[in-house]
Amino acid sequence: MEVVLALAIGVLTSAGVWLVLRPRTFQLVIGLSLLSYAVNLFVFSIGGLAIDKEPIVVDGVVPNLTNYTDPVPQALVLTAIVIGFAMTALLLVVTLASRGVTGTDHVDGSES
Amino acid sequence: MTASLPSSPMPLAAVVLLFATAALVVTLLPTRARNGAAAIAGASALAALIGLALRFPEVRDGGVSITRIAWVPSLDLELVLRLDGLTWMFGVLVIGIGALVVLYARYYLSPADPVPRFYAFLLGFIAAMLGTVFAGNLLQLAFFWELTSLLSFLLIGYWTQRRDAQRGARMALTVTGVGGLCLLAGVIVVGQIVGSYDIDRVVASAAQVKAHGLYPLALCLILLGAFTKSAQVPFHFWLPNAMAAPTPVSAYLHSATMVKLGVFLLARLWPALSGTPLWFWLVGSAGLVTLLFAAWVALFRNDLKAVLAYSTISHLGLIVLLLGLNSPLAAVAAVFHVMNHATFKASLFMAVGIIDHETGTRDLRRLSGLFRLMPFTGTLALVATAAMAGVPLLNGFLSKEMFFAEAIFVDAVPAAVKWGLPVAATLAGMGSVAYSLRFALGVFFGPAAARDTPRVPEEPPRWMRVPVDVLVLACLAVGVAPAPLIGPLLAAAARPVVGGPLPAYSLKLWHGFTAPLLMSALAMAGGTALYLAHRRFGARLGAAGRRRMSRFDGDVLYTSAIARLSACSRIIRRDWLSAGLQRQILAVVVVAVVVGVLTLRGRVGVGDRPLVPLSPIFIGLWAAGMVGAVGAAWQAKYHRLSALMLAGVTGAITSVTFIWFSAPDLALTQLTVEVMTTLLILVALRWLPAREPARGVYNRRTRQTAFRRRTRDVVIAVAAGAGMAILAYAVMTRHLPERTSFFLEQALPGGGGRNVVNVMLVDFRGFDTFGEGVVLSLVALTVYALLRRFRPAPEVLALPPQQQAVRDRSGTDLVSPRGAPDVAPGYLLVMRTLAPVILAVSGIVATFLFVRGHNAPGGGFVAGLVMAIGLLLQYIAFGTEWVEDRVRLAPRVLIGVGLMLVLATGAGSLVVGYPLLTSHTFHVDVPLVGEVHLGSAMAFDVGVFCEVLGSTLLIITSLAHQSIRAHRIKGGG
Repeated sequence: MEVVLALAIGVLTSAGVWLVLRPRTFQLVIGLSLLSYAVNLFVFSIGGLAIDKEPIVVDGVVPNLTNYTDPVPQALVLTAIVIGFAMTALLLVVTLASRGVTGTDHVDGSES
Repeated sequence: MTASLPSSPMPLAAVVLLFATAALVVTLLPTRARNGAAAIAGASALAALIGLALRFPEVRDGGVSITRIAWVPSLDLELVLRLDGLTWMFGVLVIGIGALVVLYARYYLSPADPVPRFYAFLLGFIAAMLGTVFAGNLLQLAFFWELTSLLSFLLIGYWTQRRDAQRGARMALTVTGVGGLCLLAGVIVVGQIVGSYDIDRVVASAAQVKAHGLYPLALCLILLGAFTKSAQVPFHFWLPNAMAAPTPVSAYLHSATMVKLGVFLLARLWPALSGTPLWFWLVGSAGLVTLLFAAWVALFRNDLKAVLAYSTISHLGLIVLLLGLNSPLAAVAAVFHVMNHATFKASLFMAVGIIDHETGTRDLRRLSGLFRLMPFTGTLALVATAAMAGVPLLNGFLSKEMFFAEAIFVDAVPAAVKWGLPVAATLAGMGSVAYSLRFALGVFFGPAAARDTPRVPEEPPRWMRVPVDVLVLACLAVGVAPAPLIGPLLAAAARPVVGGPLPAYSLKLWHGFTAPLLMSALAMAGGTALYLAHRRFGARLGAAGRRRMSRFDGDVLYTSAIARLSACSRIIRRDWLSAGLQRQILAVVVVAVVVGVLTLRGRVGVGDRPLVPLSPIFIGLWAAGMVGAVGAAWQAKYHRLSALMLAGVTGAITSVTFIWFSAPDLALTQLTVEVMTTLLILVALRWLPAREPARGVYNRRTRQTAFRRRTRDVVIAVAAGAGMAILAYAVMTRHLPERTSFFLEQALPGGGGRNVVNVMLVDFRGFDTFGEGVVLSLVALTVYALLRRFRPAPEVLALPPQQQAVRDRSGTDLVSPRGAPDVAPGYLLVMRTLAPVILAVSGIVATFLFVRGHNAPGGGFVAGLVMAIGLLLQYIAFGTEWVEDRVRLAPRVLIGVGLMLVLATGAGSLVVGYPLLTSHTFHVDVPLVGEVHLGSAMAFDVGVFCEVLGSTLLIITSLAHQSIRAHRIKGGG
């Protein structure tokens, strides 16, 4: 499974990087959201993948890292998802506003 | 003033705070309240002066009183306030002369000036000066040091409309500010050597500091700070330019206080840093050059304040030279001269201010014979000038004699300097006598009545002269009876500088016919001769000197350096920086890839962590996910809706991945955020311009360029992706070294919840969540603000073709948004039937998720999103106006309520004495239901819920409102 996830992270990163290097604003928006998927998955995977561990504290199971998943990366990713959403929203509206002001859809504000 | 009674001496912190508070109070006064401002300033200065004076017994016999105020105990940082003889002496000088300047400025400043602002700056400056002087910690000293630079900038530039004041203020700030940064760097080096910034510890480790390899570096940096502040050559040029300040400022900053800070620093660190050949050569030569150079230049200046400025530079050079001699006796003389110079120079500046005030000019060539018109002021100025020249029976004579004695007898100097120093000292004395003579005779004697002065001079108001009276009286009294008046004070002030037993010295007036006396006589005679020579050849000499020196003039050098720096920054901005986002992103990605490869090369091995067995379903899922990502990248340029859907597939599979690997909270959040993002982009799609029209010429060359650019980007993208994949695989197969099960263990007992992730968010890492909520709210408000003045692209102003096609058949605002009375029947019928039901369901789901959040997957954040999705669905199904006619949603209010709730919950713990955001669980007995656990974390979560709901609604409805707004068409765009 690790190989699959690592590959997925790689492909998402590639697609995201390609898109953020493009000149059109919509490509930038989609690229950033792909990149944030990749980064979130990466941070999440730092805690180690597990399919047989409890995420919620259960009575009778000693609360330690052998019985449960690591909550720290999960909490970090949770924050990251929210901030990612806020960033996408802001970027989108800034590009809309910049389109109206500059009269071009190029991310640099002028066709070069 | 009960605080200043001897039984409870005034604490130093109170003295500093008194001035800082007074400065703030004066700021609030109306612009014309000059009496009120002066009264507050004067009262503060008097109270502090009395308070400090009463503490003299503490420092009289070498006592040191140190107050420590813990600041950041975990970082070992504390505010240290130190009262010893040296700081007491400086404190009294600062406050005492400050009080006189307050009185003087009341009469000097014109009623048209914003006087309270002047006093506010002055009081702030006094506070900063005292902070520097009383600092017992080097970092603290450097901080207040910079503060004095900043406030002196404000004071010098007080007459903001004058160009010379602007320039002088900027120059002073640049030179002393940069010096202050050097000082900070030097202090940090010393701190690294000693392991502490405490002045006591640094002084105690003097031997270790001097033996350390970094000593030369630390010394040079600290000296840069001291020399810039004390206007030593070659950094002296800011001081004459700072004469554009009002004269009270010059009298205060440029005689008694700010320029003395450099000297103070040298004296403060004398026991720690002096005694080495390096110190001798650096400090001594800087002092000597400054002493001679400035005395010579002063002779050729025609502006009275410029003469005084160069005289000040020269005297500062003398003090620095004394401190550089590595001899305790010379250090005592330096401390003595600090006091003497402050008194006679402050009074001289004030006298010049009076002359300027009464005659309207400060030009030596236009003034003459003033003595007959202003006999009192004239007498005072003459006495002060005599003190500056070192005439016997005045204080300047005593310290000058001590200097001459040191120049001859000092034994710590290399032999080569042995004969040169007395000659230099006598020459400097001659210069001092000559410019003093020129000053005194030129202004007050000569042809009767002033020639063409702008105003007819007369004596100034009585109280304007009082400060000068006091200072000149002090010069005279100390000069006549030094030992009883100043002896104990000098001993107390010099003891911390010498850092051991005081050397033997005597403050007698008459030592017999000694070599210093001979040198004094020589200086007097030579100075008079020099003055006479200057009267005859001065003009020619001065012009020749200026021509020759102009290449080395600091002023010119400074100006050209600033010009060159600006040119440099222009070049960097033009050639190295790009305003273009594309190039910046390219640089970021390339640097990240290169740095990643360079640092991780050969170290990314596979670890031995047991792997999770492969599952075909998961492989299939991610095959789809990868296709989605690549497809989105492929389609994003021309087919936005497809790209959005393809990216949505990837997002959904990401959230499945989270649930697959036991992270239910993440999966929930990812899923709801995914829906929200998609909704957001869908709404925004309407305003994005259609496919870009073809631009430019598509010939072979442009096609080749485009191909090359794309190939480059593919290579970079693949490199980045491959790097991330390798890194991710390496990380996933290893055991992480530092993992903690603290949160797991503490979730139930400490946080009162079973859902560890949620407990972390609302409790352990509550502060993070608070910040996150603020970010989200700010983004929502920014979006709202940006869209209020939104100008869409001209080509999207018209309705989209799809809506145009059905325009005639319905009146819904979804189809024809501007001015539709109601929703047309028959439009989106299925969705409109289901939407209210879904709203009810989403309300229930949100409540469910919220309530169980602490113990099972869920929480305020997800609940808020679910609720928002339910509401937004109504907008989609019924149209904006229809929904807002029926439901009053106030997203901004929700955001405010949420933020306040989060803050109140967090601050509530402060009230009961716990750190911010400590959570607490209340146990409440409800009849029939039994015991109920109400955590404060619950209230926190309600706040998060409101924030999220409000923010997401605000973002998306702001966009939606664009459809029903009448847009101003951009003219000509």
